[in-house]
Amino acid sequence: MTYIVKPKIVHSGLQRNALGLTIRDYEGSMSTLCAGCGHDSITAAIVQAFFELHVPPHRVAKMSGIGCSSKTPAYFLSSAHGFNAVHGRMPSIATGASAANRSLYLLGISGDGDSLSIGLGQFSHAVRRNLNMLYIIENNGVYGLTKGQFSASADVGSKAKRGEMNKQQPIDPVQMAMAQGGTFVARSFSGDKDQLIPLLKAGIKHDGFGLIDIISPCVTFNDHEDSTKSYAYTRQFYHPAVHADFVPPAEEIKASYNRGNVMSVELHDGSRILLRKVSKDYSVHNRGAAIDYIRAHQRKGEIVTGLLYIDQGEPDMHGINRTASLPLNELPFDTLCPGTESLVSLQDLYR
Amino acid sequence: MKPTKTDGTEYFHQVVDCQWACPAHTDVPQYIRLIAQGEFTEAYMLNRESNVFPGILGRVCDRPCEPACRRVRVEDKPVAICRLKRVIADNRGDITDRLPQAPTKKNGKRIALVGAGCASLTVANDLLPLGYECVIFEALGKMGGLMRTNIPAFRLPASVLDEEMGYIIDMGVDLRLNSPIESMRDFLKEDYDAVFVGSGAPKGKDLNIPGRDESGRIHIGIFWLESVAFGHTESIGKNVLIIGVGNTAMDCCRTSLRLGAKSVKVMARKPRAFFKASDWELEDAEEEKVEIVVNHSPKSFVMKGGKLVGINFDKMEYEIDEKGRITQSEIVGEAFFPCDDVVLAIGQDNAFPWIERDIGIEFDEWQVPTVDRITFESTRPGVFFGGDAAFGPENIIWAVEHGHQAAISIDKYCQGAPLTERLPRGVNLQSAKMGIHEWSYSNDYDPSGRRIMPHVDLRERFKKLDIEVELGFSIEQVVTEVERCLNCDLQTVFTAQQCIECDACIDICPVDCLTITKNGDEEKIKENLKTPPLNPSQPLYVSEPLKHTARVMVKDENLCVHCGLCAERCPTGAWDMQKSTLIIPYAVDEAEQNESLCQQRQKTG
Ligand SMILES: Cc1cc2nc3c(=O)[nH]c(=O)nc-3n(C[C@H](O)[C@H](O)[C@H](O)COP(=O)(O)OP(=O)(O)OC[C@H]3O[C@@H](n4cnc5c(N)ncnc54)[C@H](O)[C@@H]3O)c2cc1C
Ligand SMILES: Cc1ncc(C[n+]2csc(CCOP(=O)(O)OP(=O)(O)O)c2C)c(N)n1
Ligand code: SF4
Ligand code: SF4
Ligand code: SF4
Ligand SMILES: [Mg+2]
Repeated sequence: MTYIVKPKIVHSGLQRNALGLTIRDYEGSMSTLCAGCGHDSITAAIVQAFFELHVPPHRVAKMSGIGCSSKTPAYFLSSAHGFNAVHGRMPSIATGASAANRSLYLLGISGDGDSLSIGLGQFSHAVRRNLNMLYIIENNGVYGLTKGQFSASADVGSKAKRGEMNKQQPIDPVQMAMAQGGTFVARSFSGDKDQLIPLLKAGIKHDGFGLIDIISPCVTFNDHEDSTKSYAYTRQFYHPAVHADFVPPAEEIKASYNRGNVMSVELHDGSRILLRKVSKDYSVHNRGAAIDYIRAHQRKGEIVTGLLYIDQGEPDMHGINRTASLPLNELPFDTLCPGTESLVSLQDLYR
Repeated sequence: MKPTKTDGTEYFHQVVDCQWACPAHTDVPQYIRLIAQGEFTEAYMLNRESNVFPGILGRVCDRPCEPACRRVRVEDKPVAICRLKRVIADNRGDITDRLPQAPTKKNGKRIALVGAGCASLTVANDLLPLGYECVIFEALGKMGGLMRTNIPAFRLPASVLDEEMGYIIDMGVDLRLNSPIESMRDFLKEDYDAVFVGSGAPKGKDLNIPGRDESGRIHIGIFWLESVAFGHTESIGKNVLIIGVGNTAMDCCRTSLRLGAKSVKVMARKPRAFFKASDWELEDAEEEKVEIVVNHSPKSFVMKGGKLVGINFDKMEYEIDEKGRITQSEIVGEAFFPCDDVVLAIGQDNAFPWIERDIGIEFDEWQVPTVDRITFESTRPGVFFGGDAAFGPENIIWAVEHGHQAAISIDKYCQGAPLTERLPRGVNLQSAKMGIHEWSYSNDYDPSGRRIMPHVDLRERFKKLDIEVELGFSIEQVVTEVERCLNCDLQTVFTAQQCIECDACIDICPVDCLTITKNGDEEKIKENLKTPPLNPSQPLYVSEPLKHTARVMVKDENLCVHCGLCAERCPTGAWDMQKSTLIIPYAVDEAEQNESLCQQRQKTG
């Protein structure tokens, strides 16, 4: 734990974004996680992504549960909104937040324990609801905060620091999210910011539920030799299938792309995701094939990463439920609270 | 790129920009830390080792270290390195028993030194402890050279000068005042083993325009300052024009104010960007209401009834290109400025009328002697030059460094060792880690701005010629100012084998100077840096390939504030903060080396 603060230094090389803000304005308080934790690296990637997207920090709501991972919203966007929910219950709170204010960028930060053990049911429902949020699982294969017990994402055969082996099947949030209708599904690695930052930007701008499962080594309890979520292991079996570049609206696509290999997906705000296939036989629009591909590589011990599935056509929670088009705090009082007569006539509909 | 070699001295020395810029390589960050610990005496001795005159230099050094200070890369103003040196000198305890001592048994060699300025005194300081007999010949009745005759007492009190020069004289210098050397030919016939010429650059430039010889009220700056210093000149007219805008001009205008001038104008030929005077000297003069007039080139002195009444100037206009250079100049008019006295401060030249040109000491066309830049030997073996006498006017700290190097050469010369076989500089590294989150230095970045030097009240300071204007920092100011130092000698040392590429160091670095990237040519690497490299003079550190991905860790030394956060956040200790100490050989060290070499030679027969 570091207890000295990262000083705010305006150095001569510090750049400003379109809002005139520097990257320092997107940071948060000093991390209290173990030095070298993958989660901190993800924090830095999130900071960079929001800075590059020119998002005003106060237009973001950071939602989390319990765990080392769930602590991290304190370490970025200190002027954003935030809610630290009880263990595994962040999706419900996020649903409420989205219902009340649909204009905020909703960012969920969770862990493999928070989402795949205690919060598995909540997680599934957020996916099938197509809640308009980016949901990040900082996946280290253990309960870091409670000192390194196996989590539900631990691979069969992976050994804990003390030597015991995990024999239960892992839950893969990526396959689950695809199966349950997630509309933006990706996997990445805290140690690969080149891949992660564009994915974060695309996920933030995606309409509907976006999941990024990020392998994020726990340096303290799960970075040893027989771990399958260590820095060394992840790098060895890392298999990027599709690289996604994020292109903001109205920006030229650089000519250096080889056309045949690149597919462009347009997002609702006019920005585009350029998908560069690293692996030829991969399709980002075919759930079944994608799952097969991931499984096949899983059998070889490989971790498929990149933007694995995207669907821009599905309505999100607001679309499905035909909710008001404005956030509740922007509705005129009469519309928000139309009075006793309206209530009575509504109730009459169900008599 | 190939992995950066950090094993020599160069790399780590260059990171300590102030120490790199100081001609004598004063260990600035270490003395600032000693001040922070209240160890003023220790800090004084550390300074004295390299720059010999901490009290003098703490007031009037040209301070090439300050523009080089890394602090200016994260805010406007450098650390007040020079003024902190004065704090040491003002607050030190008794040092008499810590000064070098001359042995009672001499080594039988006699060295003659011409001129009792800072260059000669440094040579004597380095040679006396080795058993040399040092005889200094000084033309004037007082020692100190320009430090006494030209640097005004309101900047440098005589007591400070006397005390610090006294330490050397008291070691046993045979000082002969009022003893000008008039013929080098004759002098060389005397019985000395080596001669050091530290006679300065004593000729003030003249301005030959119409009317120059028609008045006695046109003074040459350095001679005029000397006559003020010796009390021969005690007043000046009400209206004074200073020609030239270098540091000498600043001393002349401020001295005029103290001799009774009511209006003093400094007349500059060019615009402000071309002034030779240091910013701080200009500031101090302007604080005293000296007016600086730009773009006026003197044309003729104007006389009326045999009396100087003013100067006619050409008004100038310049075309300046985007690099800031003058490409064209044009006279656009004329202007008359009235005055009672004129002081010419337009430069100094070397002059050696006393050195015959046929005795093997060569001079170039500008009458500057041919002197070796490393050994300081002239073309005549056994005759050495240093200070302003060697390459023309510079400053005190350069004269001191010349003195150190000349002393090494003189010792080698007298012992029959080759002058060019000199000990290399070295660097020591020692981890600064004291505990899990504890470092042996104050690593927190302090955002405080530079402290402002308090001055004597404007009404008070003109009452006497020798009222020192700068009061020195208060204790509160010192406490803040020392924390502004970034501890640049605490090096970030990287061990590639230990890195697991977790990015923790990169994410924490408050100035974004670290990057892990694919190796490639310099251009490619520079493109991928987290912060674009803004200062090409600063080195890029490139590591060995990292073990997981064969990428490299790159550090742009330019912005690092030595906060130690990278090392603190690194889970594997791949980054460490290590205190570097530069080892500079002086005559004593060389002498030890010579001795052991001689012993070796004797053994091996
Ligand atoms: C007005 C002015 C202000 C300055 N201000 C600063 C400043 O603030 N900071 C700074 O760092 N530098 C300053 N300098 C420059 C600095 O003073 C010189 O660079 C420095 O003093 C040079 O030292 P030196 O030992 O080489 O020679 P000098 O100091 O010039 O000493 C030479 C000595 O040799 C004697 N001498 C000469 N010829 C003979 C002879 N034939 N026989 C015997 N003796 C002889 C002279 O009388 C003199 O005492 C200033 C210079 C001037 C002119
Ligand atoms: C209701 C409840 N049950 C159990 C706990 C104890 N607990 C705290 S964090 C945690 C697991 C967190 O694991 P994960 O989400 O993977 O986060 P990590 O620390 O690994 O990032 C558990 C079980 C709790 N805080 N609340
Ligand atoms: S315990 Fe593990 S997950 Fe938690 S902060 Fe430390 S390294 Fe990160
Ligand atoms: S010491 Fe390390 S963290 Fe601090 S500025 Fe330098 S490189 Fe960055
Ligand atoms: S913190 Fe240490 S291990 Fe991590 S990337 Fe930096 S040097 Fe490597
Ligand atoms: Mg976990």
